[in-house]
Amino acid sequence: MSDLHFKTITELAAMLAAGDITSVAITQSVINRTAAVDAQVKAFLSSDPEDALSQAKASDERRVAGKSLGPLDGIPIGIKDTLAVKDQPLRCASKMLENYVSPFDATCITKLREAGVVIWGRLNMDEFAMGSSTENSAYQTTCNPWNLETIPGGSSGGSAAAMAAGEAIATLGTDTGGSIRQPAALCGVVGMKPTYGLISRYGLVAFASSLDQVGPFARTVEDAALLMEAMLSKDPLDSTSIAPQGETNYAAALKEKKGPWKLGIPHEFFGEGINPEVKTNIEKAIDWYKGQGCEIVDISLPHSELAVPVYYIVATAEASSNLARFDGVRYGHRSDEAKDAMTLFTKSRGEGFGDEVKRRIILGTYVLSSGYYDAYYLRAQKVRRRILGDFEKAFEQVDAILTPTSPTPAFKRGERADDPLAMYLSDVYTISVNLAGLPAISIPSGFTESGLPIGLQVIGKAFGEADMFAIANAFEQSHGYYKMMPAL
Amino acid sequence: MSETPHIDIDYVANLARLDMTEEEKSKLGSQLDDILGYFDKLNSVDVEGVEPMAHAHRVANVWREGDQTGETYAPEILTGMAPDHRDNQVVVPKVVE
Repeated sequence: MSDLHFKTITELAAMLAAGDITSVAITQSVINRTAAVDAQVKAFLSSDPEDALSQAKASDERRVAGKSLGPLDGIPIGIKDTLAVKDQPLRCASKMLENYVSPFDATCITKLREAGVVIWGRLNMDEFAMGSSTENSAYQTTCNPWNLETIPGGSSGGSAAAMAAGEAIATLGTDTGGSIRQPAALCGVVGMKPTYGLISRYGLVAFASSLDQVGPFARTVEDAALLMEAMLSKDPLDSTSIAPQGETNYAAALKEKKGPWKLGIPHEFFGEGINPEVKTNIEKAIDWYKGQGCEIVDISLPHSELAVPVYYIVATAEASSNLARFDGVRYGHRSDEAKDAMTLFTKSRGEGFGDEVKRRIILGTYVLSSGYYDAYYLRAQKVRRRILGDFEKAFEQVDAILTPTSPTPAFKRGERADDPLAMYLSDVYTISVNLAGLPAISIPSGFTESGLPIGLQVIGKAFGEADMFAIANAFEQSHGYYKMMPAL
Repeated sequence: MSETPHIDIDYVANLARLDMTEEEKSKLGSQLDDILGYFDKLNSVDVEGVEPMAHAHRVANVWREGDQTGETYAPEILTGMAPDHRDNQVVVPKVVE
């Protein structure tokens, strides 16, 4: 039983139902594993083992009383430090929120509690989810469990690394431009971003509201599907929340749907900038689908190369507006040098925010400022519609789109730290999905020669999660990369 | 937008109410020039007549009855989060001369 922390939710749910193990045993295994490896991985900003064990105990009591809440009851799930959990710190890995404790649960947390989940720890991230390597955390740099010299990706790097290292059975992250899928790919785990609006953003600290989505990290596609089902809700507390549509029994559907599917391959995603090992790996995955009888369709997403500039205009504009709330007045950091209203704002913000957050606030303020609004922000919003149009056209022909998740495997710490543009290009294959509001999942598709994980991205139609999961599940179950664990 | 403009960081930092050191400003300046140069790619596409897209789906205001009250918090909890507070009020430096 020593490796409970590496099992899947479905395996553990079966063992719990059979009475072979308890939630306390699973939770203790995760706690012990975290104690053993987190000094190396540095995925957690904080954790509360006592609180987790008391939730696990309550779960075991429910099960004994015949009142189990389902397959997630008693499963410890790690939480990214940008989602509100009542009475837990909520710092967004920023000095700005160093002493902030959340007075309420995010809706996605409430939904998971209703399913009996054990809420476990606070996971590191890039400050305010701005970054692609988790090096922008104000507290610590998380290491990729597959090679501790490399970054885990970002911004949800703590969530991905904790999964790969066995420090949680699943985790939650958030994805604004690839912040779930890219770290999932780099850490060799499953990471999924839902259709925009499907999971409530209430209790998620806003970065770019028209792009932000909560989503699961898991060992398997089926586990991710179970978590998604549990978090679905039309939430009156989030005006952009949308009622679930179409097939939403994802876990059941992924076993029933067998294809063959029509899969689109956008040639723009295989050109300049892609690492040759990644390219070969993804082409092999495409060949596998072809061998299963899927029709492979060459498609074009002609505006793809504009997704990065559109994103860094739209996202920074929204961020500069969203982060105006951090003013040193009602919560968060206040400068000791605040002498009047102006210095209260400027000094508190100058001291509280890190470099990347400042960079994006300045950029976002600039593209919204008088004289530049039309040239940047308005033009970016128009090109955004062109990007959506590309996808709409492609989905007239295909059921889903296959691409690499990231152009490169995990890179060395510090390698892109002083080159923001190079860092921004880490998200070149994930960003357009957020701009178009589509669902997408990254699944492990193999390793480089040096042993770093590679991820395959499956992009679905809006509300086409059921098909997307089924397509991803077919590859995963035939290849079994999820059974590979890093040596720590 | 044919020539990439150089950001006047002092001006923008003031709009953003963000204090930055001279060192931070000088480092940011050259980085932002690179990034803005990259943004110029957007000029390669014709957007004549394209409706700007602010959101992935159509969004509309969500209304509720005016007399509904949901869960709320005790004043001590909310004011207690403030860096400085007294008698359930947030304390700030003097703002009116």
